[in-house]
Amino acid sequence: MNKKSFLFLGAITLWTLSPVLAGTSIAASAKDNYRTYCAQCHGIAGNGRGINIRDMSVQPRNHTDAEYMSQRSDDDLAKADREGGLAIDKSVLMPPWGDTLSPSEIQDMVQYLRTLCHCKYNSQ
Amino acid sequence: MKERLRTLRIYPALLALGGVVVAFSSAWAGEDAGMSLLNNRCASCHNLRGPAPSSIHALWARKAPDLFYAGNKFRRKWLISWLQKPVRIRPAGEFYADHIKPGPKRDMVDESTLKPHLALSAADAKLAADALMKLRAHDDLIAKEQVPEGTISTSMGSLVFDKFLGCMACHRIRKDFGGLSGPELYTAGERLKPRFMASYIRSPQAWDPKIWMPNKHVSDTRIIQLVHYLQALSKGGSHE
Ligand code: HEC
Ligand code: HEC
Ligand code: HEC
Repeated sequence: MNKKSFLFLGAITLWTLSPVLAGTSIAASAKDNYRTYCAQCHGIAGNGRGINIRDMSVQPRNHTDAEYMSQRSDDDLAKADREGGLAIDKSVLMPPWGDTLSPSEIQDMVQYLRTLCHCKYNSQ
Repeated sequence: MKERLRTLRIYPALLALGGVVVAFSSAWAGEDAGMSLLNNRCASCHNLRGPAPSSIHALWARKAPDLFYAGNKFRRKWLISWLQKPVRIRPAGEFYADHIKPGPKRDMVDESTLKPHLALSAADAKLAADALMKLRAHDDLIAKEQVPEGTISTSMGSLVFDKFLGCMACHRIRKDFGGLSGPELYTAGERLKPRFMASYIRSPQAWDPKIWMPNKHVSDTRIIQLVHYLQALSKGGSHE
């Protein structure tokens, strides 16, 4: 193997590892919880297009939509996750997850949602 | 001489003991032909002993629904007929996220990953059903439920199920209407015992701590309405 291809391989390895390395601050379990509990409606990609949506009268939120998600505070998102749509005057089709996820798992989930929208709360 | 006397005295005792052992083991074999069928042909996919998965990764690894409380859950008659002619119950299989792929409008079930269920002969189906009906790890949860006989119009029932509680998001209540991540429910009345349905709706987590059905804190009155509705659906109640 010559020097060039060695460097190239090194770069590829770093590049593939970087999301893993960066992601370690957010509990890996949040991603697993999302795949298990949220993807059925919000989609494997978090785009609001899960397998369940065809007949739903209100469509699940697109979690990659930075414009919408940046208007919601972390507390708003945590409340929706924990208590469901009705608790925030939204659709009953968004279920409450307070009996499934622990309070710390819900906090981790909010941080995970922030990685899906690549956005922070922006109050204006 | 002394030795022989002693042996002679021991003999009857040994014979009696042997008789008891033989009697016991044959009763055992008779009773457990069904159980050995389950162990030999079903245990590679189904958990027959419990407990349910207690972590997400154990949940993902589960190949088939747990059967260790089958006797609390199923109606024997349904088991006998389904085991001879199994049809799909969970549109996206088990574990659902392993059987979906992105589609143009939304994620789709990847049918190519779902395999047909093995079928049993009539005699084996009866044997298996009888053995399954003995697996009742959750008599405790069933004892807490009362479901009086009753009826509900399917229009009122569907209002409760779809609009008030949002159950249709994950369950089909007709062949062509409803969500795909949970078992279809238009046959639930034939398949499931009423008190199991009530208990599961009250707390899915009490049966299966990591399951992806949420606890919606449904009131007692609504639980009874929902069970009556599911019973009506499987009796062929029309749905609008
Ligand atoms: C049964 C389908 C379903 C499942 C499962 C589901 N959601 Fe939702 N979710 C919805 C629907 C529908 C909406 C849109 C509600 C509305 O706009 O009225 C929504 C909206 C939301 C919102 C936006 C709330 C807002 O402030 O507008 C968040 C955040 C959310 N879901 C998070 C989650 C998380 C996290 C999970 C998994 C733990 C999850 N959802 C699982 C259906 C679902
Ligand atoms: C190769 C794996 C596999 C084997 C072996 C297997 N099953 Fe299954 N079984 C499944 C899967 C997967 C499902 C879920 C099917 C569905 O929901 O559509 C299932 C569903 C069932 C159900 C319905 C459970 C429910 O909660 O809805 C029963 C009852 C059942 N199997 C009994 C048996 C019996 C009895 C045997 C042995 C004679 C057996 N199975 C062997 C994979 C298996
Ligand atoms: C977010 C998805 C989701 C929602 C919303 C939901 N369920 Fe479920 N439901 C499931 C899953 C998943 C199972 C269990 C699947 C299994 O055992 O493999 C289930 C199981 C059941 C069962 C037992 C069926 C069986 O064959 O084992 C009943 C009855 C039921 N749900 C009724 C309801 C009712 C009534 C509502 C509304 C209050 C509801 N569900 C809301 C996903 C959901």
